[in-house]
Amino acid sequence: MTAWLDGVELARGIEEAVPGSVESSNATAVWVRPERLHDVAARLKQAEAWDFEYLNAITAVDYVEYFEVIYHLTSMRINQACIIKVKCWGRDEPSLPSVVDLWQGADLQEREIYDLMGVVFTGHPSLRRLLLWEGYIGHPLRRDYLEEPLPYSWPHGG
Amino acid sequence: MATRTEPITVNIGPQHPSTHGVFRMRVTFDGEDILNVEPVFGYLHRGSEKLAEERNYTQVITLTDRLDYVASQTNNQAYCIAVEKLAGIQPTERGMYLRVIAAELQRIASHLVATGFLLQDLGAFATPLMYCFRERERILEMFEMLCGARITVSYMRPGGVFQDAPEDFWPALTTFLEDMPGYLDELDMLLTGNEIIVGRTFDVGVLKPEIAINGSVSGPILRSTGVRWDIRKADPYDIYDRIEFDVPIGTRGDNWDRYKVRLEEMRQSLRIVEQCVAQIPEGPARAEVPFVFRPPAGAEAYGRVEAPKGELGFYLVSDGTIAPYRCKIRSPSMINLSVLSDILVGYKLADLIVTFGSTDINMGEVDR
Repeated sequence: MTAWLDGVELARGIEEAVPGSVESSNATAVWVRPERLHDVAARLKQAEAWDFEYLNAITAVDYVEYFEVIYHLTSMRINQACIIKVKCWGRDEPSLPSVVDLWQGADLQEREIYDLMGVVFTGHPSLRRLLLWEGYIGHPLRRDYLEEPLPYSWPHGG
Repeated sequence: MATRTEPITVNIGPQHPSTHGVFRMRVTFDGEDILNVEPVFGYLHRGSEKLAEERNYTQVITLTDRLDYVASQTNNQAYCIAVEKLAGIQPTERGMYLRVIAAELQRIASHLVATGFLLQDLGAFATPLMYCFRERERILEMFEMLCGARITVSYMRPGGVFQDAPEDFWPALTTFLEDMPGYLDELDMLLTGNEIIVGRTFDVGVLKPEIAINGSVSGPILRSTGVRWDIRKADPYDIYDRIEFDVPIGTRGDNWDRYKVRLEEMRQSLRIVEQCVAQIPEGPARAEVPFVFRPPAGAEAYGRVEAPKGELGFYLVSDGTIAPYRCKIRSPSMINLSVLSDILVGYKLADLIVTFGSTDINMGEVDR
């Protein structure tokens, strides 16, 4: 059985490894400050006791006031997993540091989040739309995405 | 005098018969050698995650069928497990066994499609594919008995399955379990020693385990590299903790290992189904769960299963209404594409379609 790490305990460990990085924590997850996300991710991947070498998924949830980006991490060696969350404020250009240099698997997922939610990952080697086409207006998974039909935005057709 | 060549970029797809759906690869060649590969997709994007926000928890099941449409049962299962975690529903014993039987049959069906199309890509036109489809047909007929549908099954519900198996399902399953090992041996005998298959797949499309882990790869592709990671073992769901089975792994991570791991997994799936048939208890197939229900506000749950293609996860967020506030689908097919260029670069043009076929992706799941 995969052991899901207790958020409060994990938060203590993260705070020790990267001081000033934890925002809050509860039983299941740790909220990390966006500007320290990359440092925390690097420590989680490299530290012997955590060894989170596998990134399961990156999810973004739009809570209107802020975006919450959720990282599911797994250590296959120890068979443990944890949930790291980041609050990302602002609607015009919310941004987070990219973790592609740590986990190659984040590449397509970060592009997908940029495409559908509009969260910008700084440091991503090629942040382009993934599922929708270049020139598409808006980010459809946002809660305030327009409901009326959009102006036709296919660049070459129509 | 050496010939001087210039790299050329070619679009393969979106409409190419061997790309298993509408998928495009932007490939740069130097002569016949592949220098760079970039996957381009989204042609089948239907916005399943957005659509899920406007349907109630039970209605979303029909959307999950249409993700990986050659493995609908496991999609249902992953979603139902996520909803059960979210709303605190305890599925019935019989329901869980029926889910595992359906999911393992689906795994066999999906791996048969993967194997058949791999041979199709190798140039063995239609005949081996039909051999694989012959047995898959029997599985689909059993699904028809269970729920009336063959592909888009919508068989499972939070709390179990929507109806118990009919009486004629069990004899059909017994005959299938008797016939299938012999059939797999036949397939094994036909393919495993075949010189063309060995020549075209051995040491082609090699994936290193550290790249696979770093690239979040899961499923048979990950196991073919020698990493023994199967969610059914590592984080058992439903009743997998009561069942004995092995996790087959490869050693080199090439096309051959991916094919071989799938073949062995089909044998293990048969073992699992046999044990389920022996263990299945009497009782209701589904817990009393209303069609419309409201999980607690603010609840979040990540439910995952080992789908035929890899780790399929649903991340659900509830706001206390009848519909999910957010329904994220962690699709194994899309994330397995992260390593597409790693397994293709350095090989020849002729290996491209074979290697791509051996990754066994499904566009319905990639694009969602």
